[in-house]
Amino acid sequence: MTSQAITRDQVLHVARLARLSLDDPDIDRMTQELGAILRYVEVLAEVDTSSVEPTAQVGVSRLPLREDVRVDGLPRDVVLGEAASTSHDGFAVPAFIDE
Amino acid sequence: MTTMREIEAWSVTQIAERVASGDVSAEQVTDVFLGAAARRETALRAFLYLDRDRVIDQARAIDLARRAGRPCGPLCGVPVAVKDALCTRDIPTSCASRILHRAGRAWLPPYDATAVERLRGAGAVVFGKTNLDEFAMGSSTENSAFHPTHNPWALDRVPGGSSGGSAVAVAARMVPGALGSDTGGSIRQPAALTHTVGIKPTYGRVSRFGLVAFASSLDQVGPFANDVRGAARILEVIAGRDPRDATTADTPVGPIEGACGQDVRGMRVGIPDEYFGEGIDGDVARRVREAIDALRDAGCIIVPVSLPHTRFAIATYYVIATAEASSNLARFDGVRFGFRSTPERGDLTAMYGSTRAKGFGVEVRRRIMLGTYVLSAGYYEAYYLKAQRVRTLIRRDFEQAFRNVDVIVTPTSPTPAWKLGEKLDDPLAMYLADVFTLPASLAGVPAISLPAGFTSATAQRPMLPVGLQIIAPPFAESNLCRVAAAWEARNPARNALPPIVAEP
Repeated sequence: MTSQAITRDQVLHVARLARLSLDDPDIDRMTQELGAILRYVEVLAEVDTSSVEPTAQVGVSRLPLREDVRVDGLPRDVVLGEAASTSHDGFAVPAFIDE
Repeated sequence: MTTMREIEAWSVTQIAERVASGDVSAEQVTDVFLGAAARRETALRAFLYLDRDRVIDQARAIDLARRAGRPCGPLCGVPVAVKDALCTRDIPTSCASRILHRAGRAWLPPYDATAVERLRGAGAVVFGKTNLDEFAMGSSTENSAFHPTHNPWALDRVPGGSSGGSAVAVAARMVPGALGSDTGGSIRQPAALTHTVGIKPTYGRVSRFGLVAFASSLDQVGPFANDVRGAARILEVIAGRDPRDATTADTPVGPIEGACGQDVRGMRVGIPDEYFGEGIDGDVARRVREAIDALRDAGCIIVPVSLPHTRFAIATYYVIATAEASSNLARFDGVRFGFRSTPERGDLTAMYGSTRAKGFGVEVRRRIMLGTYVLSAGYYEAYYLKAQRVRTLIRRDFEQAFRNVDVIVTPTSPTPAWKLGEKLDDPLAMYLADVFTLPASLAGVPAISLPAGFTSATAQRPMLPVGLQIIAPPFAESNLCRVAAAWEARNPARNALPPIVAEP
């Protein structure tokens, strides 16, 4: 790979995907630091994995099933108790649909 | 009459036995440790939350129940500190992050983590919440949004991380035991840097219900203690199947503590060359070799083993762990709990972006970005899937080695504790500090770190703790504790106390 492991535009794109409103100095610094880390990660290319299956999780061969029984969740007032904003028995958020 | 100093030096098991028999009350014990914390916490800053009244109330309740003839559990009256990544019902839980802070206080979880619930059930006193790197992302506890924690062996040095607060609370005798979490070394590395015992159990051994998730294919909850037996006892209490964590195994627990003190003659101990190469501190290598010699004298058979993919562990880990973290941390969006930032005239997307940019610290933002990138279209194959394939090879290294040996012995950390601030501006240098703990995490196998003595004092640094890591096959924590206890009994430095404790 080139010394430019990740471009500024790519970093901006990733910040959008990650829902992080980064300011300009942050984006610059991130471009440099992610670049250095990604260049280090290139070492993985040395390993021949053409016939190797990926490991997503160790020791969990199949998900265990449980009895299909109803389990109570937390009471509504407890769930809402730590939210920054609530209304009509729910979490309140800024409008996101154009009226 | 038992003195304060004697009680401070007691192990988890000694306290449990003496409180259960009525030799001392749980209140007397907690009083001693609260006093120790009051004297030392200003210099060390191990805790994010510690409420004296709450601790005493728990101890009194235990004493009342005991006097009423009710049976007390295996941790009867034992103060146990809890890493602030574990949920504690109605007790502030912040994961050392601003994003779990709102209106001047940390989030109050509506439930206890399973590990915490089991501690309480076993008679332990939950002693407060300890400092960590924000969301457990770091190797020095400097990434806490609130304050760093200081190493009791040298106050200008890091305690390791991310469970640095729990390690220091135990090392400075402010508690005999604590809970931490280990994703890539976050229990073992701080244990090594502070002269304490820490166990990362097998993946699937301990429930993660109520542990704030970092990297779900790696995270494990585990104990710290001032001796191997104490750590083993806490592990036995918190281990076992939990319907609320589908990855917990049905494998029977124990006896783990029962393995401590068992003869180690004939046990096969593997030594991987890959852990003694370039970059390892000379004194660290010497102390570990001395421990290996002592195990040989105890009757262990020392065998060379090879773990050839060790050098790829850091790259593999930082792809997989950040990918999983970027997904796990999507839940912190300002809607249901914690911090919210709403830009003026901003819509929902602007609220997400602003909340997360202001709520997360710099290392957490960096890892979310890296994780999002390696999972993004066009890079998923090259980074994420590639790392998962190399993970298979790292896992196979261990499988092959364990065909021939019962445990593998290595240094826990290539260096002793470094100075506060030394690696803060170089994220990659910080990642490299985890080189010896990451492989066992990726393989999902259990590992312990325990004291292996100290580096020699020089003009550049005082004597600093060295950690010995022992790694075992899946669910063979009994092997870990058996070999660890054998070395502990022969370690001439086992009872050394840090200056802040030794000087009254």
